[in-house]
Amino acid sequence: MPIPDAVPFDQQVASHRDYLLRFARLQLRNETWAEDAVSETLLAALSKPLSFANRSQLKTWLVGILKHKIIDALRHHGREVCVGSGSEDEQADPLEFIAFKADGHFGESPAEWGNPEQDLSSRQFLEILEACASKLPASQGRLFLMREWLELSSEEICKELDLTATNLYVQLHRARLRLRECLEMNWFSHPRPT
Amino acid sequence: MSSYPFKRTCKEVSALLIAREDRDLPVADRMALRLHMAMCKACPRFERQVLTMRNAMKQWRQYANDAGDER
Repeated sequence: MPIPDAVPFDQQVASHRDYLLRFARLQLRNETWAEDAVSETLLAALSKPLSFANRSQLKTWLVGILKHKIIDALRHHGREVCVGSGSEDEQADPLEFIAFKADGHFGESPAEWGNPEQDLSSRQFLEILEACASKLPASQGRLFLMREWLELSSEEICKELDLTATNLYVQLHRARLRLRECLEMNWFSHPRPT
Repeated sequence: MSSYPFKRTCKEVSALLIAREDRDLPVADRMALRLHMAMCKACPRFERQVLTMRNAMKQWRQYANDAGDER
């Protein structure tokens, strides 16, 4: 929905705060870090006002700034970012979610999920996907979103966080299997909303 | 194992299919994966799930980066 030009730039920027906060929370999994990253984003935006043809373009620009602020925050908090809570849940091997026989065969063949493009871009599906990502244990969720939202390579993540490749791969592996499990339970094994 | 250097179980293959999302697999693993996929009915289904997730993340990224709640 386009906002008329009459709306001052700072109000236009501020109107995106909640949206930015949603992604900052998802990525940082820490309320204070998220609030700080968003505040810094808004300040940076206000310090160099640009004009945009529409609301969507302004948002894209703000998300771009937010991503930089978030990478700064992740770098700054370094160790804290990728140290797990050590909970049993986090340590569990999610390959155990899948029933394998003793000889390593699938106990039950994996379901045919289908891959209709339209389905995956539906609002309902994307909300479930986001909810599943937000339910990952904090350190796994942060690393997973660094790959999938910030689009950093595994090498870049290791470098930014001073993390060993083995540690990163173990956590990403667990995150992906958990996400698979969550999507299967909440979407693919359910009748689709129409 | 030594007589079948490329033999992998479905459990091992599932782990490789997930790992492949984040790193390049060594050539021996790639070969083993290929051979296993040609003979197995279950693992190609698992692979399709992994590819669906890859596609889903791409859709979500697009939604998160610009489309968002403006649609």
